[in-house]
Amino acid sequence: MGGLLTRAAQWTNDSSGCCKLEATQLNEFLLKEVLHFTEQLMVQHPEEATHVFEEPLVWSTTLEASDFKAGYDVSDLLVESHDKDSEGRPLLRLKPPTISVRSFSQLSKLLHLAENNTLAEVRECLQGNKDLVAIIFGRSFVSFMEKEDVNQDVQSLMVKIKEREPSEDVEAKIKVFLLLQKKDKEILNKLLQHVTEQVCLDPTAVRNEVEWLKQLCSKGENRVLKSLCYTSDYEFSNGCNAPLWRQLLGEICYVVLTPCDTDTLYITCSNDGVFLNKGIKQDGQESGYERISEVYRDLVTLLKHRSPYFAANIKTQQQENKEEEKTVHHHVRNKACGTTKYEPCPRWRKLGLSSTRGVEKKSSRSFVEKKMARQGAKSKMKAEFSVSSLTGHQSSHRIKSSVGAMPSELFSESSSESEEEEQPERRQENNTDLPSEYWQIQKLVIYLKGGNQTATVLTLCAMMDFNLMQETCQLAIRDAGGLEVLINLLDTDEVKCKIGSLKILRKICNNMQIRRIIVDMGGLQSVVKILDSPVKDLKALAAETIANVAKFRRARRTVRQHGGIKKLVKLLACVPNLATLSVNQEQDVEVARCGALALWSCSNSTKNKEAIRRAGGIPLLGRLLKSPHENMLIPVVGTLQECASEESYRIAIQTEGMIKDLVINLSSDNDELQMHCASAIFKCAEDKQTRDLVRKYKGLQPLVTLLGKANNKELLAAATGAIWKCSISKENVAKFQEFKALEIIVGLLTDQPEEVLVNVVGALGEFAQISANKAIIRKCGGIRPLVGLLTGTNQALLVNVTKAVGACATDKDNMAIIDQLDGVRLVWSLLKNSSADVQSSAAWALCPCIKNAKDAGEMVRSLVGGLELIVNLLKSTNIEVQASICAVVATIAKDKENLAVLTDHGVIPLLAKLTNTSDNRLRRYLADAIGHCCMWGTNRSSFGDATAVAPLVRYLKAKDSWVNQSTAMALYQLSKDPYNCITMYEKGAVKPLIQLMGSDDETLQEAAAGCVRNIRLLAQANRQARLFN
Amino acid sequence: MSAMNRKVIQTLAENISKQVEHFSKTETERLIREFHVLLKEPMSNHPGKEAPGVDRGKFRNILHEDFGMTDRMIMDQVFRTFDKDNDGFLSVKEWIKGLSVFLRGTLDERIKYCFGVYDLNGDGYISREEMFHMLKSSLIRQPTEEDPDEGIKDLVEIALKKMDHDHDGRLSFQDFEKAVKEENLLLEAFGTCLPDSIVNTL
Repeated sequence: MGGLLTRAAQWTNDSSGCCKLEATQLNEFLLKEVLHFTEQLMVQHPEEATHVFEEPLVWSTTLEASDFKAGYDVSDLLVESHDKDSEGRPLLRLKPPTISVRSFSQLSKLLHLAENNTLAEVRECLQGNKDLVAIIFGRSFVSFMEKEDVNQDVQSLMVKIKEREPSEDVEAKIKVFLLLQKKDKEILNKLLQHVTEQVCLDPTAVRNEVEWLKQLCSKGENRVLKSLCYTSDYEFSNGCNAPLWRQLLGEICYVVLTPCDTDTLYITCSNDGVFLNKGIKQDGQESGYERISEVYRDLVTLLKHRSPYFAANIKTQQQENKEEEKTVHHHVRNKACGTTKYEPCPRWRKLGLSSTRGVEKKSSRSFVEKKMARQGAKSKMKAEFSVSSLTGHQSSHRIKSSVGAMPSELFSESSSESEEEEQPERRQENNTDLPSEYWQIQKLVIYLKGGNQTATVLTLCAMMDFNLMQETCQLAIRDAGGLEVLINLLDTDEVKCKIGSLKILRKICNNMQIRRIIVDMGGLQSVVKILDSPVKDLKALAAETIANVAKFRRARRTVRQHGGIKKLVKLLACVPNLATLSVNQEQDVEVARCGALALWSCSNSTKNKEAIRRAGGIPLLGRLLKSPHENMLIPVVGTLQECASEESYRIAIQTEGMIKDLVINLSSDNDELQMHCASAIFKCAEDKQTRDLVRKYKGLQPLVTLLGKANNKELLAAATGAIWKCSISKENVAKFQEFKALEIIVGLLTDQPEEVLVNVVGALGEFAQISANKAIIRKCGGIRPLVGLLTGTNQALLVNVTKAVGACATDKDNMAIIDQLDGVRLVWSLLKNSSADVQSSAAWALCPCIKNAKDAGEMVRSLVGGLELIVNLLKSTNIEVQASICAVVATIAKDKENLAVLTDHGVIPLLAKLTNTSDNRLRRYLADAIGHCCMWGTNRSSFGDATAVAPLVRYLKAKDSWVNQSTAMALYQLSKDPYNCITMYEKGAVKPLIQLMGSDDETLQEAAAGCVRNIRLLAQANRQARLFN
Repeated sequence: MSAMNRKVIQTLAENISKQVEHFSKTETERLIREFHVLLKEPMSNHPGKEAPGVDRGKFRNILHEDFGMTDRMIMDQVFRTFDKDNDGFLSVKEWIKGLSVFLRGTLDERIKYCFGVYDLNGDGYISREEMFHMLKSSLIRQPTEEDPDEGIKDLVEIALKKMDHDHDGRLSFQDFEKAVKEENLLLEAFGTCLPDSIVNTL
């Protein structure tokens, strides 16, 4: 148990100086294992368990004399076991609270007695006997055994021991010792596994560096360090030396290091870097782990700070150490093949040392070092991924983003976004097929890593000559570790290097994987920073790179979080529409164009849209919208149409006068630009004023013209969408008719993708609101394809189709065709659709269908189960569905037979239940339905019984004339039942009814008056009855 | 400076600024003053002697201190390109004309200037050997490679592949000009000899 207690257990000193086992998870685990071992020993090795300890284990127990029963001599203050050793001493002795135990069997019995407190007992026992092994076996025995080879058999060990100390039960002693050691190892491994599950430690880099530094100690006169050693030779199987509980904190090992000129340094090497501790000299110390210095990147950096002698001499050592360097470098190469942390390559670290200027002053660090700097502390945190070795060995690339480090954020992204993050990675399987470009690029990356400014620029230029859009080239750069160099170049002060790097990055980031790696390595932050550069070329390139990288939302978020949106918006400021531009102004325009491209990519995220708006981007975009250049207009309109999903933008687009420019560009000869303009109008034309503006600026005709480009489906979808939304205004529909838009639109009902169909049918629905158009639709043969679309599955499309069918069905001739095509049944079956929108839209469409169908009652009855379906939909929780179904019920109830069926299905209580609503739209149709349902049997009194009358009376006070009207009608019907009259009277219906009698609407007047009459008649009848009886 | 001297400098500035495109009169004037300040400093190799112009050492100092150049060979070449009459000293005119290109030159002027700097022996071509010479210290030696110069040789080949359009194994001015026009980054292909575009000392 020795190793276990020193290496795994977490000890703390309490105030009295005693060692305590802290109540940590790890310690709990350890205690349980020890307990388990003691119990098992008794069962599996009963003989060994009786072995008498050299010295008793002594601790203070919570057990009392009374706990001991059979097998013990119990007196008031003393308990002794019956079992005695050869000299007659009891194996267990309790003198509360002190207990001493001399064999495992007694220990196990005692733990059994402790029952619920076993763990506490074990804890006390271990705390009281830190030198457990020495106590049990005797110090000399232990030290002897430790020297011996554990693997030799018991017999030969026995012979050796007997030579030293003749004793009878040596065999048992050895066996117990070996058992204990075996268990010790087992538990340690278990604990280690437990630890490695929680933290990932990578000791390789530390080991390499320590090895390298050790060599520096050994060189007599020239030595740079006096000595260097680990505090412990015991190495866990994961390669760390730190005790397990410290490993949980990310610590790898401890070294004691004596420089030539200062005191001995006690250093902790951890995942986060190295730092001085309070002085850990050897294994198993309880204190001294505390950090007393800042954290350095590596040992060399720490040493340079602590030992001036080291700092001065390491440079000369550098020259002589080429050989070592080679071995270390080799080491790193091998390592790189596996999945390891991306560690600073020692070679580069050492190169940094050769810089004559100070290392800490950032500005004075050498160019090459800066280029490689990110590989140190930074990338350690950012991403963990494997790189193939410089020899081009292919290995799987696994990117593990540091999820924990990111603040979790809720995203609300635009629906149009193509999410690419989850895409599986494509990998080239073997390297034999790789083309020569691959190897050429790999070589260039090597020069890139080791070159000064001049060589770097030259290499970058050579790299640009490759086809960087090709995956082989992209992967070659990635595999050779070129991405980190390219990204690190962005943080240097070298303008030319930055330009070159960006010229490559902007191209290779058309590859999704590369984009992600760039973001993982923090490259995007650097690009965002460059947006502040005074060099215009740089700004433009940086913006273009952002445009290409920000194709997934984590990247877009990164741009925003580092203030990129503001900077990009700033780029937009230029004078875009001068006839003649100076060179300078031309550059500004190019910068603005790239800025717009970047914003376009970024605007896929809702939060970024908001950020652009807040940064004052809208007026700037509006200004750029006046640019005469297509390549400027496309990103600008693209951004605007993307952002137009937000209401704030729609308002701004309208108020800033951008509709005019959008309309103008509808007539551009660039399909993409036309598409974005149409799409922007599509989104903005939800608003009436915008629709009017489109008409005012004569945008309707170009929209119709765009329908001619039927081969470009994206464009067609945008154009039809714009037409749909614009046709919500009746004036626009009239205008559209001048250009024969309807005829063209009906032609688009067949053979189009769903995106187009949704809009086409939507437009048809709007056009059909005007009765003349209904005939046109029929004459152009639009009804049949429309009904055909009822069998589709796209819910957005179905909503529009049902609406259009409903609108067409208001025309008797159209209805005949619909009926003939079995359209009513199709619409009816859509009531079963899972979407509430489709349900309500279908229900609304049913109303005109039933109203206008010949022999409607018969038709409805012929639909098996149809009426039951309708009644059941009243149970829906969606108000729009409820309202639409009420409307259908009202329509169906006009047929007495069907009303009877509805009543049988229990429509009355369901309607009555809905009466408590405060939604006026529902109230209107509900009252209508109630009014119509009164026409059958005892339904009037049923409504009364279901307490539907009182809520209806309240509807009279609603400030909606439609509600008032249908309520008055319903009340009039209900008032034919005397009990309902009483309720109405009691609830004060008379006064509002009398007011309604003064309405301009004759039906309303009539209904209100009829109702009042019924109430009055009842009152009179009552009075007469009282008078004459 | 005495009133007379100031007058002299002003007329001189007026004269020179007419010949030099990129500096205004006041700028020229300041540069002339700067020139005289430099003259007053003792010469590095001939202390005590009156210098006829700015010598190589002083000029190199400026390049190093103000423009962060480090490569001695390139700095000497820059001096040579400034020193049109090859007398080892920069006269006022050479100083201002040189700086005009150095600081404000158009792309064409800078191409001409850079080519002059890189053409070490002045024969009108940048040869393989010259390139090798200039790129010699541009790569960190790869300890794993047998021939330590292999990387440099490779870089020279890369440069030639990129820029030697007539495939004669050396760069003529036309080669260089064409390559730089295609890719501006190649302007300083063989070593930094121009101020960074952000540096604007005047």
